[in-house]
Amino acid sequence: MEPLDQLLQRVNANARLVWRGRYVDTTFLLEVGEVPWLIKVNLGRIVSVTRGPFVMPAWSFALRAPRADWEQFCLANPPPGFHDLMALVKRRSLRIEGNLQPFMANLLYFKDVMAMLRPQAGEL
Amino acid sequence: MSAYFEAVTGRYLQLPLLGKPHRIYIEEAGEGIPLLCLHTAGADTRQYRALLNEPRLLAHFRVIAFDLPWHGKSSPPAGWQEADYQLTSHDYLQIIMGLVDALQLDQPVAMGCSIGGRIALHLALEYPERFRAIIGLQAGAHVDPYYDLNWLHRPDVHGGEVCAGIVSGLIGPTSPQADRWETLWHYMQGGPGVFKGDLHFYTKDGDLRSQVSQIDTSKCPLYLLSGEYDYSCSPDDTRDLAARIKGTQAVIMKGLGHFPMSENPPIFLTYLLPILDAIRSASRVA
Repeated sequence: MEPLDQLLQRVNANARLVWRGRYVDTTFLLEVGEVPWLIKVNLGRIVSVTRGPFVMPAWSFALRAPRADWEQFCLANPPPGFHDLMALVKRRSLRIEGNLQPFMANLLYFKDVMAMLRPQAGEL
Repeated sequence: MSAYFEAVTGRYLQLPLLGKPHRIYIEEAGEGIPLLCLHTAGADTRQYRALLNEPRLLAHFRVIAFDLPWHGKSSPPAGWQEADYQLTSHDYLQIIMGLVDALQLDQPVAMGCSIGGRIALHLALEYPERFRAIIGLQAGAHVDPYYDLNWLHRPDVHGGEVCAGIVSGLIGPTSPQADRWETLWHYMQGGPGVFKGDLHFYTKDGDLRSQVSQIDTSKCPLYLLSGEYDYSCSPDDTRDLAARIKGTQAVIMKGLGHFPMSENPPIFLTYLLPILDAIRSASRVA
């Protein structure tokens, strides 16, 4: 998914978002259909975004949804039901699994990190 | 900007509720038909700050909002530390009718959002003769839990921040940033376990699916308004509710989410004012 290539730069360029994630030190799995990605976070900064497949992936929590649903989520103006991670959970599209503590303790941070997958103002 | 006082007056009411003394915080403004406003789970009367300052309402309505016990500036009852807070439909109804009686409200309009929208349906079922009209915002007969409520109250997760995180997506994406974050601030200020305790009523105790068809709108008109971005009480939930109740219809509010009166008051008022006009017209005929 193309926006994932932009994620590290977009998040790390947002000083306030990085500050809000200042206690986050984890690696989480993002599954886009069949394709897994590992996203490593330290002190609120994205350290790496790596595309699978992986032999022995280690992660704290996983966000798994069909590609078509992530593509809706990533639109600049997502339709109702695709506009938020919890909206995807409610429609039983997104499954959040694993050790949820880092995710829930930093829920607003992770929601805004994932919202960085959308086209940002000023970008063509 | 020059300093000025808002139209709102806030006071504390001492009264017995559920067999115990309570100190309840009430805000009101305007004169005319009483309009009793009920806030959402885990929040307080500040959600109605715009309506309490809206001249088009205040000219014809006495707008009243109160903080439920445990919420906002209302205290929990003495001894609260000995038990978990869990709102039930019985207690919620007793609290509302206790306030209506204590304030001697004659045929008020009741308007509630989310849990307030659900209890508005209970009011329509059980006390239709006491209300001039009932307005359910984001009102559904039931909602399936879609996350583990235990995350809302545990020591290794900040309760205020997780509550705000849970509800942030329920706000319409185009709602103004200032009103979005004011709405979230209210959630961040809730007491530990209070949002979770409210959701006991919302997800378990207050299921009305088997009863809503008994609501008699000839005794008390029922209006339903829901925001299109709400996935907690979705537009389909509201449409399903309307289909079960003779004499009411659902209006889906474009661009709005779960907190219409707080997240985007100008848009919400374009939907609310015609309903209030209809209620006033019916009152004049009567």
